[in-house]
Amino acid sequence: MEDIEMYKKMLEIRMFEEKVYDLFAQNLIPGTMHLYMGQEAVAVGVCAALTPNDFITSTHRGHGHCIAKGASLKKMMAEIFGKKTGYCKGKGGSMHITDKNIGMLGANAVVGGAIPIAVGAGLSCKLKYPERVTACFFGDGASNQGTFHEGINMASVWDLPVIFVCENNLYAMGTRQSLVMNIQDISQRAAGYKIPGVTVDGNDVMAVHEEAQRAVARARNGEGPTLLECKTYRHKGHSRFDPAKYRPPEEVAEWMARDPIESFRDKLLDKGIPEEFLHKIESTVEAEIDEAVKFAEESPLPEPEDALKDVWVIE
Amino acid sequence: MREITVVEALNEALREEMRRDENVVLLGEDIGKYWQGAFKVTKGLEEEFGSDRVRDTPISENAIVGCAVGAAMTGLRPVAEIMFGDLVALAMDQICNQAAKLRYMSGGQVRVPMVLRTPFGAGGSYASHHSQSLEAWFIHVPGLKVVQPSNAYDAKGLLKASIRDDNPVVFCEHKFVYGLKGTVPEEDYVVPLGEARVAREGEDITIVATSLMVERALRAAAALEEDGISCEIVDPRTLRPLDEETLCASAKKTGKVLIIHEACDTGGISGEITKTLVRRVFYYLDAIEILAGKDAPIPFAPVMEKWVAPDEERIKKAVKEIVV
Ligand SMILES: Cc1ncc(C[n+]2csc(CCOP(=O)(O)OP(=O)(O)O)c2C)c(N)n1
Ligand SMILES: [Mg+2]
Repeated sequence: MEDIEMYKKMLEIRMFEEKVYDLFAQNLIPGTMHLYMGQEAVAVGVCAALTPNDFITSTHRGHGHCIAKGASLKKMMAEIFGKKTGYCKGKGGSMHITDKNIGMLGANAVVGGAIPIAVGAGLSCKLKYPERVTACFFGDGASNQGTFHEGINMASVWDLPVIFVCENNLYAMGTRQSLVMNIQDISQRAAGYKIPGVTVDGNDVMAVHEEAQRAVARARNGEGPTLLECKTYRHKGHSRFDPAKYRPPEEVAEWMARDPIESFRDKLLDKGIPEEFLHKIESTVEAEIDEAVKFAEESPLPEPEDALKDVWVIE
Repeated sequence: MREITVVEALNEALREEMRRDENVVLLGEDIGKYWQGAFKVTKGLEEEFGSDRVRDTPISENAIVGCAVGAAMTGLRPVAEIMFGDLVALAMDQICNQAAKLRYMSGGQVRVPMVLRTPFGAGGSYASHHSQSLEAWFIHVPGLKVVQPSNAYDAKGLLKASIRDDNPVVFCEHKFVYGLKGTVPEEDYVVPLGEARVAREGEDITIVATSLMVERALRAAAALEEDGISCEIVDPRTLRPLDEETLCASAKKTGKVLIIHEACDTGGISGEITKTLVRRVFYYLDAIEILAGKDAPIPFAPVMEKWVAPDEERIKKAVKEIVV
């Protein structure tokens, strides 16, 4: 993926989330919401190293992963609205967006729940589609789950083509990382499973991308999994209405000053990309998002009885 | 026709399905060539199909099932084994939240064609961590099919049907059903999921029995015949979807029902069967009674262990109390 495309993807995520935040505040969206703002460089840097056939698994904070993997903004927005035209026909909502056609195996609302699922997708890659890999996104909090340890060990011992991407945004809800683990770099845990563990600046999309490419290449070469820790920060609270008062203001200010999109934009300008060109991208994305909202708003609601469909595969 | 044990029947089912479809892979602890499965169900399979398709796993129940879920979503048809039924507790998230719900939550986009095999059941003085019967846990989760064979013919045909089914199936075996011998044809067949079997025809009472209790009920029925009591025995075989038609038809015919399972009384499958009968054939029923395991963890000492599960004597007594 070219850097301009990566910039556009990051913007899509940012503006999508800003829109969703807005709509949420207006009470137009049911349920809860875990926004990805601030972490865009991780999803985009990693997914830019993948092909459309590769698989990913995601988390409760999954909008960014979907967009980076190439999901339709319209169908995402419609799902978040609980509409019939959404990815999951309104059955999944924000935390379960899935797009099988682009290898997006689903956001998952059990913290750490998708880690062994990614291992299984990795097994399919190894046995059925040797050219494919699986990227597994999860948070710092999830790395304290048994599934993390069980899953990474299994992938390691079977040399599965899985890239374990830990998005360390320093908090799991209100719990600071230092409260629940005695290490700073979660990538250290890789050593216990004899796989490479790498920590990268998760707000630097090119740095993430470079490490992701390395991990993907290893995986495609049959050299097994990598644990890639991306240090990042969420710009908003954990979920709906969380003012995130548990984070020291200096810490917030420091990270806000390192906005992954701003800094990437500066780099592009330094490279000689005309600002006008970036403006154009920005307005294109804005229009795409407006269209997505329009599509979602105008879409029909599911019928109540649709609740009974899709429970079983019925031949 | 030849007679084989349930273990042999299950082994044949796995072998034949693996020959038929290269997407069928096995995952589990000690299922490979070194140990051949804790109860030898997977004997010889790694030798025939190789270690890519028969995978000895770490002792990581949640990852075993989770790996099966992810593999199933992406084109394989995994059969995962949990070495002892009680240990499904370690994998409940992957079974109940992931395998069962991912199709639904994705709006029907994905399928999870996997089988989770595990042996339940008391009788070996394995005590409370290796003996319970937990099949009822799974019927409460929409999206899971639940199967419980009682004999060799059904074990083979149901396992084949489960592997070919596109839904996740919890396949509940029993350690003391494993050794039961029965006639099994050489040629390929399946026992469709969701069809009960009338294991014995009779007039005076319907006994609905599952798993090892079918064998005990059959023996009790043979003895009761000498006392002039004619028992019909229905084995649901699949607990979800439950074959309500066969159960209701038999209950209507005899008007008296005794439901037997080894799992403890409270929260067992008997409650669900009772609900079905009361809903559908209440006015035909003279009596409905449940004979289940006692409400205790399975104890170690053989005298206690034997006492907590229904046996032939208790079955006969229960039938007589209803019929006479
Ligand atoms: C197994 C489980 N436990 C608790 C929760 C509630 N919960 C939702 S998100 C979350 C924090 C997750 O933190 P992390 O993994 O760091 O991801 P982040 O939210 O920071 O992206 C918790 C505790 C849950 N959904 N699943
Ligand atoms: Mg976190």
